[in-house]
Amino acid sequence: MAAPSGGGAPHAHNDVPGDVLDELTPEQLAAQWEEEKPPAAGALASMASSLVVLGVGIGAIILSVAMGLGTPASPQPGLWPFIISCVMVALGLFQLVLGRHNRDAEKFTRMSLAPLTGLVTLAAMVALMPLIGFEIPALILCIIWMRFLGGETWRSTLLVSVIVVAAFYGIFVLALGTSIPHLF
Amino acid sequence: MDFLNPVINGFAVVLEPTNLLYCLVGVVIGMLIGVLPGLGPAATIAILLPLTYNVEPVTAIIMLAGIFYGAQYGGTITSVLLRLPGEASSVVTVFDGYQMARQGKAGTALGLASIGSFVGGTAAIIGLTFLAPIVASFALDFGPPEYTALALLGILLVATISSGAKAKALIAAALGLLLATVGRDVFTGESRFTFGSLELADGIDFVPIAMGIFGLGEILYNLEERHRAAKAPSKVANVWPSRKDLKQASGSIGRGSVLGFFLGILPGGGATIASMASYAMEKKRAKQPERFGKGAPEGVAGPEAANNAAATSSFIPLLTLGIPANATMALMFGALLIQGVTPGPQLVEQNPDLFWGVVNSMYIGNILLLIMSLPLVGIFVRILRVRAAILAPVTALITLLGAYTINNSMFDVTLVVVFGIIGYLMKKFGFEPGPLVLAFVLGGLLESSMRRSLLVFGGDPLGFFGRPISATLLVVFVLVAVLPFIRTSIAKRKLPATASAARPDIKEKV
Repeated sequence: MAAPSGGGAPHAHNDVPGDVLDELTPEQLAAQWEEEKPPAAGALASMASSLVVLGVGIGAIILSVAMGLGTPASPQPGLWPFIISCVMVALGLFQLVLGRHNRDAEKFTRMSLAPLTGLVTLAAMVALMPLIGFEIPALILCIIWMRFLGGETWRSTLLVSVIVVAAFYGIFVLALGTSIPHLF
Repeated sequence: MDFLNPVINGFAVVLEPTNLLYCLVGVVIGMLIGVLPGLGPAATIAILLPLTYNVEPVTAIIMLAGIFYGAQYGGTITSVLLRLPGEASSVVTVFDGYQMARQGKAGTALGLASIGSFVGGTAAIIGLTFLAPIVASFALDFGPPEYTALALLGILLVATISSGAKAKALIAAALGLLLATVGRDVFTGESRFTFGSLELADGIDFVPIAMGIFGLGEILYNLEERHRAAKAPSKVANVWPSRKDLKQASGSIGRGSVLGFFLGILPGGGATIASMASYAMEKKRAKQPERFGKGAPEGVAGPEAANNAAATSSFIPLLTLGIPANATMALMFGALLIQGVTPGPQLVEQNPDLFWGVVNSMYIGNILLLIMSLPLVGIFVRILRVRAAILAPVTALITLLGAYTINNSMFDVTLVVVFGIIGYLMKKFGFEPGPLVLAFVLGGLLESSMRRSLLVFGGDPLGFFGRPISATLLVVFVLVAVLPFIRTSIAKRKLPATASAARPDIKEKV
């Protein structure tokens, strides 16, 4: 298994025999779900996200002022974006100061490699589609997602991938006649 | 009777073969995604938006609505059989439904749930039929100031009621409003935030944003959560509940329907909150509350009736005021706008075929769902064997290729991927994506009504308080915005040492 399959350590309690789990009350069940959630990120992540919000807000304020504000009676294009970005900056500051101990952000773990890989394949597909059509990138995307991100066997991966790409070809190219870039 | 004529004409619309077919397609897709944990109704609707371009508006909304309420039925199946809620609105069904399944009454639990869902859904459609025209006629007098206040209140309520940090949800809403300003300013014609890009000159389309943030963002986020794999489901037999079970559950179905109907109308309300409220109410009312959590039929039937009633009644604010009450309704709003139909109070009068066609299609949809979830439940149980590993790339490809077909441009596909990244990161950092999409949809309406009102008021913002309805709405807005702070500061003064109680916080699957 080359894939980041979670390693097992953080979620080992999932393997508790079924009958023990079955006896849980709703409250215990809710608590267990709580535990199974990905680990919460620390104050640093919270601060970073607040700073991004502040950055976007301040950038928008600068651009709005450049567009001209005008008066409420005769507003220029920048007034409304200016109001929103001020609200955004205020909320960002609030979040930075008072929300830094919130535990609602999730930590990036080894499991986060899966979405990252997924993203890379998606970006590659977007880049390659206009050049060589959708079929080959789609096939590669399917294989990577099923075999390495999903842990399917090679046999089912290859079989299903080919069927999926053929089906998409049939639907989008043959049946609907869309202009999706295709090789064949 | 004048009132009933358009209602009856609506049935003629529904019974057109195309509409019946799309209704069936919608509820089957809804059932499927309800059964499959992972994608929720909002993500599915977002991904399938390109499908609606080439059909009539009424047909498109009939299908999308079917997905939405169909998912409420399907989510129950996994809750009962596997203790995995397929949808957030079926979480409370797990508590008693799974216990019933363990006692060999899985069929009874599923049967009660679908009958409850059917009754709740149907009761809510009847309620909608009578309430919606009244609300719409009341709202016909609304001018720009009222719409400004209503849109502000709607965005605030959706942001504050969503799970997770309120400030973060509001930040997401602000970002949505900001994104809505990209493109040409309708009043002056000047370009805003386009950075010289021709593709951005007309603004960002709603569909790539919805497909990216709800669809792709959710797909990427789910890639991380493979560990909750489904076990082989137990066999389901005897889905027809006995007369005794039905009698025991009938009260809770009735109460759940009414409760769900009213919670669904409120902005920010909806199926999830309704099912939880109904469970809590049933437990409080019961003579032996200790039965709950050990397989009480009321604990399954009540919440299921409530979530379906709420799913149906949340169409009321959308179709009568043009204000979506939750993220899924924001998608419906977007789908209607694509079709050139602006939802609002004039919809009932000017577009009765659309209005009553959609409303009446829900009767048919509910009947279809009842058939699928009683005699045909076995088929859907078998679908549980489809593995997420195979489903994920298929949905990702549908999203990308679907995005291309909107305008036949790679720019839209790129936008979808960019917003997919934003959606994923937002979920990771605890920002709800729902308020962003809702605010984006309402952004244009909010800005133009606000500027129009200010023109009328001669630039005096206090003018909003000079009109009774907008003043009331704004007072409610201020109360909703300020109340949580007052409450926490009072609570802090009273209990300085108490640690904040752990709240079972259920992440909304969109």
